[in-house]
Amino acid sequence: MHPIRKKRLTIVLFLLVGLAIAVGLTTYALRQNINLFYDPTQISAGEAPVDVRIRAGGMVEEGSVLRDPDSLMVEFKVTDFNASVPVQYTGILPDLFAEGQGVVAMGRLNESGRFVADQVLAKHDENYMPPEVADALEKASKGRHAASGSAETVSY
Amino acid sequence: MWQFFHKLGSPKWFFGIAARLMPWLLAGGILLLMAGIVWGLAFAPKDYLQGNSYRIIFIHVPTAFLAQSVYVMMAVAGVVTLVWRMKLADVFVKSVAPVGLVLTFLSLFTGAVWGKPTWGTWWVWDARLTSMLILLFLYGGVIALDRAINDEKSAARAVAVLVLVGVVNIPIIQYSVEWWNTLHQPSTFKLTEKPSMPAEMWVPLLLSVLGLYLLFGWLACLRMQTEILLREQRTRWVKDYVLAGRV
Repeated sequence: MHPIRKKRLTIVLFLLVGLAIAVGLTTYALRQNINLFYDPTQISAGEAPVDVRIRAGGMVEEGSVLRDPDSLMVEFKVTDFNASVPVQYTGILPDLFAEGQGVVAMGRLNESGRFVADQVLAKHDENYMPPEVADALEKASKGRHAASGSAETVSY
Repeated sequence: MWQFFHKLGSPKWFFGIAARLMPWLLAGGILLLMAGIVWGLAFAPKDYLQGNSYRIIFIHVPTAFLAQSVYVMMAVAGVVTLVWRMKLADVFVKSVAPVGLVLTFLSLFTGAVWGKPTWGTWWVWDARLTSMLILLFLYGGVIALDRAINDEKSAARAVAVLVLVGVVNIPIIQYSVEWWNTLHQPSTFKLTEKPSMPAEMWVPLLLSVLGLYLLFGWLACLRMQTEILLREQRTRWVKDYVLAGRV
């Protein structure tokens, strides 16, 4: 390669590597600001500020959804299978909201560790399947539970 | 190999190659894209959770995929411009930047339309959505910078530097869903694993991605030809070409 071109190529490569390092360090330093939400482990470890508008995200714990019969208030627990946070919300939930599904809630954490949400968004995962497959999977897993004598009951 | 590389730098040579490639790119692109879209929108099974609204994936994913990959191609062309001063590389960057802008806009728009029924919001400032918005602004910046500088050569170099600066955003878009907590779900397609959707969903998706690639190739050739004619209008071969009534 021509020496001038070689020199230009080196400069370009240096530019790219330098930029990558700069951006990498910046985003690393700002990672908590870039994270859209706190997960339940962080909240129960006290990393999330109290009484500041934040987002909390995770899975809706199975069997934790309690609806108030007289209002739109609903209570549920958000878990990451390590820790869980109780969430209270008044309003209409998105269609995809269900136990075992991901959610991101926006609101404030109060002194008692309860998260009072004013917006709940459903978080979709990367799995797609036709309804028949989903049904078959569910039947198969229920069959296994019954066979193993699991005491797990689902009541609505 | 170097000979091919230098030939590729000749606008006249490229003009001829592009003319021969274009019918194939156009036909293949339309065929694959139609097959993918029709199969995906009408025949693929619906999703167990989202029902039919997931079908926007057959437009959203191809446009988002192309939007990023066009930028990577522009960055490669930017390196060629800066190191080898090849005119054709600059013609490419200049010609495809508006196409990339449109693709990025389409992916953001379809994503918002899908986000409203699925997430419950049009927009959220998570890492994936924000970095994609930055890509939109980068495309806009490239177009604006190119238009702002009159001298062809300085414009080419300035644009190449801007494109290279922006390329760090591409891995950020790609890995944002893994590095940070985001509302956007992780990628359904991974290089090392099987896609987390059945074949009757991902095959039409793959077809529409390939179709859009070919269609992009056709559009890039067409726009580059126009730009070459404009830049080389004083040369002999362009005059002959125009006088022969082939434009």
